[in-house]
Amino acid sequence: MTGGLLALVGRIWLVAILIFLYAPILVMALMSFNASPFYQLPFEFTWRWYQDLSGNAQIATAAIRSVLIAWVTTLIATALGTAASIALFRYDFRGKRVLQILLFPPIAIPWLITGTAMLTFFFAIGIGRGTPAVIIGHVALALPYVIVTVTARLASFDITLEEAARAMGANTWTVLTRVTLPWISPGIVAGALFAFAVSFDQFVVSYFLSEPGDTTLPVLIYTAIRKGFTPEINAVSTIIITISMAIMFIAARYSKIGGNN
Amino acid sequence: MSQVEVSHVTKRFGTMTALDDVTINFTDGGFFALLGPSGSGKTTLLRTIAGFYFPESGTIRIGDIAVQKVPVEKRDIGMMFQNYALFPNMSVADNVGFGLRVRKVSRNEEARRVAEALELVQLGAFAARRPQQLSGGQRQRVALARAIVTKPKVLLLDEPLSALDKTLRVDMQIELKRIQREIGITTIFVTHDQEEALTLADQIGILKAGRIVQVGAPRDVYDHPVDAFTAGFLGDANWVPDSAMSGLTLPREPDGFRFATRPEMLTISQDRPAPGTNSLPGKLKQRIFAGTMATCIVDVNGESWKLTARDRDIPQIAANDDVWISWVPRDTMAVPR
Repeated sequence: MTGGLLALVGRIWLVAILIFLYAPILVMALMSFNASPFYQLPFEFTWRWYQDLSGNAQIATAAIRSVLIAWVTTLIATALGTAASIALFRYDFRGKRVLQILLFPPIAIPWLITGTAMLTFFFAIGIGRGTPAVIIGHVALALPYVIVTVTARLASFDITLEEAARAMGANTWTVLTRVTLPWISPGIVAGALFAFAVSFDQFVVSYFLSEPGDTTLPVLIYTAIRKGFTPEINAVSTIIITISMAIMFIAARYSKIGGNN
Repeated sequence: MSQVEVSHVTKRFGTMTALDDVTINFTDGGFFALLGPSGSGKTTLLRTIAGFYFPESGTIRIGDIAVQKVPVEKRDIGMMFQNYALFPNMSVADNVGFGLRVRKVSRNEEARRVAEALELVQLGAFAARRPQQLSGGQRQRVALARAIVTKPKVLLLDEPLSALDKTLRVDMQIELKRIQREIGITTIFVTHDQEEALTLADQIGILKAGRIVQVGAPRDVYDHPVDAFTAGFLGDANWVPDSAMSGLTLPREPDGFRFATRPEMLTISQDRPAPGTNSLPGKLKQRIFAGTMATCIVDVNGESWKLTARDRDIPQIAANDDVWISWVPRDTMAVPR
């Protein structure tokens, strides 16, 4: 009886949390399909705001920019992160523990502070603002996510598989491409998806490091909101959220498959 | 096929000396067991021969080539691991063919040799399966097929049977011996199971604390251990108390030697045995029945002696009764002190 009651309370609690998390997003998504530009009810369905979007060159440019930056970030962060994970897994060296611990704070440090620090640093060393700075910044933010997911997958990797391959005459490259990488590929895919999401959704660092005019989608949304809400922004945001959530779902699936495939 | 010569090899890990001036020869086509307790260096020796470790000093020759500085992938060896180490992302056939693909053997040639190797281990029908779909014994055989398909110079086995249960292990021992004979490959395998070593090998090398203690044929090593450690490690040894030596017929002068017998050499009786055999009085402490065989624990001069025989050959004697233990004098082992 008490067990049933507890389960009921638990279920209500879960529903409350989900409402808390998703209600604002849901309202926004609904309003992107509402005909009234002033969010007036009754709800009247329309595609109008999405059609307006396709005609909006500014948003299209920003979207393409965002996707391109996210792609480049994903490629670099995934390659670097995977290599780093394998190195951390395979070799013992002085300061390895410290290095592993130092990988995590960037996830916890407020982006505002990371962004300020990067801006100061990039100006000090002469990179300044611009697309390279944005990409470097995004890679730095995405790297820990890649390392965490790939390292988690590597934890279940049996190192004797590499030894067996070497005993059969495989050189380092063959061992890596034929044995190690196939095993950790679900972790790499999950890490890449996280990296893409981190970059694509990134506002603060992009805002700080972009040259004026070279806006990414989140930055554009922010600027637009300052001028006043429009249903068009709701439409863009709904698209971004759908993409991001889809990516996260796939990433979560891959990292779960990780252990027992 | 080649012989393997290890001479004066020393391998250290930090301050720990894992192999201490090890010299041992593995003759062409022989089946060798490296036997020793854990930490004795037997696995280190195998992995040094394989090329996973480079020795600090000494030479290793496989065939005519000095390989002590050659990395494992260039040594042309076949190796089988304790946990099989089959690639989970490849089929059985692809696992077995891996070494051939690395060697850029043609597709047809690969298929032919993989089929041949799988046939040899009686797994011809399992080529398309994944390792995860096989039983422990079958994985074992895939690992063996994979290790020999490239026709390596030497086959190295790292406790290959320890993960199997007892009945399966005995089947695999017979299988392993058959295959080794059939292809005649020089084989070195590491085990801590003395029975397995005695069953399989034609030569046994016993290691202790990074040193080779004794090398020889199983029967020689079993019957003529060079020290108390080897005597006790290969089987149970009953040590003749120094005080009891006077009445016995011993194989040599006792200075510098101790004497012992194996449990299966002993006879137990209540009557004093006829002269001409070695006999000692004692007290029966315990009789342990184990199917066909039985073990008796007998107190001889304060030492605990062990006797094994077919259960039906042991007379019915009550515990704590006085008994005589006897054995044929030539079954006495003389072990240097």
